[in-house]
Order: sequence, then structure tokens, then C-alpha cells
Amino acid sequence: MNATSRYQVSIEADQSVPIIRMSRDFDATPAQLMRAHTDPELFARWVGPNGMETKIIDWDATTGGRWRYVAGRDGEEYGFHGCFHDVGDDRIVQTFTYDGQPDGVALETVWFEDLGDGRTRLHAQSLTDSFEARDQWLASGMETGVEEGYAKLDTLLAEL
Amino acid sequence: MVDDQLSRVFAALADPTRRDIVARLAVSDATVGELAEPYDVSIQAVSKHIRVLTDAGLVSQTRDAQRRPCHLEAEVFDLMTKWIERYRQQAQERYERLDVVLAEMRGDEQPTPRHHQQGAAS
Repeated sequence: MNATSRYQVSIEADQSVPIIRMSRDFDATPAQLMRAHTDPELFARWVGPNGMETKIIDWDATTGGRWRYVAGRDGEEYGFHGCFHDVGDDRIVQTFTYDGQPDGVALETVWFEDLGDGRTRLHAQSLTDSFEARDQWLASGMETGVEEGYAKLDTLLAEL
Repeated sequence: MVDDQLSRVFAALADPTRRDIVARLAVSDATVGELAEPYDVSIQAVSKHIRVLTDAGLVSQTRDAQRRPCHLEAEVFDLMTKWIERYRQQAQERYERLDVVLAEMRGDEQPTPRHHQQGAAS
């Protein structure tokens, strides 16, 4: 297990609309975070999950552009695609669809808040099309996160 | 097996009336009649909702008295908390990978020792 990072993700699942909100600080400028989100080579290196290789198939990170990538491990592949609705200086609005559920689509907004001193707060919001889809999405962590997730979760629950 | 229970929980909680019933049971136990009061639906319809929640393991009904109050199974409902924490943990891992990428971007100017092993030899 890695050492605990200095910055932790905070997350909120809204009760009245099917939204997931997250935020997290970085030692970087908004411009560097923008680049890490829009440059396909950089993006493929961190989007993960752990142990999976991301292959960019299609990538046009401009307003009205589109994207498609495949995450693979041991011959298993999971595809994702969507459109870049709006790419600004410090904000990206895009759609997100998992190929396995082609009827489902989430509207994602990520924006970068300059905290000064070379630090930036990333805000990410995903609006799914139903509570069922939102909850399923949250629970999808259960399968992919199983190997690394359980032990940490048990520790956490033990502390509650 | 876990997947099966999860799908039942998703389906049960996807309905706004059932979400509302769960929210009310989180405050206190209640009978089907009491639960039906604020809705413009029959007791039979509410019974049906309760059955879906019971099948998903979210709600139980005690058998002793004739009242048979419905009770929220907090343990199963905590699943939601677990899902969220695991999802958060995945996001945390993703953003720690992003930290490394950003450190290397900064490293265009200065090298960073971040992902070298600490060891006597180095």
C-alpha cells in the first residue's frame, strides 16, 4: 500500500439529484491540470484504473470534439466514449458513456480553482440519468477495486 | 451472489416512493398503514413497495405483534456508504497517478525523486 497522500479526495452523492461531486487539491497550476486532462498521452497515463492500460482511440479535446478510449488488462477490454461539449481555459464539460451500457450517458464537468502558491483544487461533477445509474456507477468500484479496496475499507469501517 | 443482491438494492432504491419510505424508516419504524398515509395510493400499493424493499434486504417486518412494524436494516443500507468509500478510494488512486504525471511535467525544469525507491544504494 502506498503512503497516505497529502491530498485526499472528498466525495458527495447528492440526495435529491443523481449527481456525484468530488474535489481534490494538487501541487500544480490550473494550466498544468488542463494539459494533463486534454493531452491524450498524459491523460492515458493516469486515468487508470491501477493495473489497466489505457489506449486512446479517438481524441479531439476541443469544443465540439469527441473522445474514445479502451482500458484493457489480460485480454479484457472496456471501452468508453463521449463528446467534449465545451473546453475552456480552466473548465471541461463532456459526456461520458460506457460502451457496455450504450444507452446510459453522464454529463461531466471538471473545473480547476487556483488556490495560489502553485496549488489548484480540482472539482468534478457527474450527472447521471437516474438514481439507479448513479448508484450502479458508485458500486462499480466494488468489482474493480476489490483487490486493493477491501482491506482499506475494513480498516476504515472499523474506525467508524 | 453479491451482484444479485446489489441489483435488487439498485432496483428497490430507484423508485422515488421507495426512497421516501426508506428515508422515513431511517427516522423510526412504522406500519404499512402509517407509511401509506401521506401517499395518494392504496395500502396494497405500499405493501408492494415494502415487499420490494424486503426482498432487497433493506427492510424487515417483525412478526410478534399484529402491528408488524417495518424496520430499516441499517447494515444493508450501509452498503451505500461502502460503495461511496470504495469509489472515493479509486478516485484517490487515479489522482495519485495524476500527481506523478504533474510532477514529471514540473520536472521539465527540475528533476523529482518522487517515485525512486528509498534505499541505501541510491
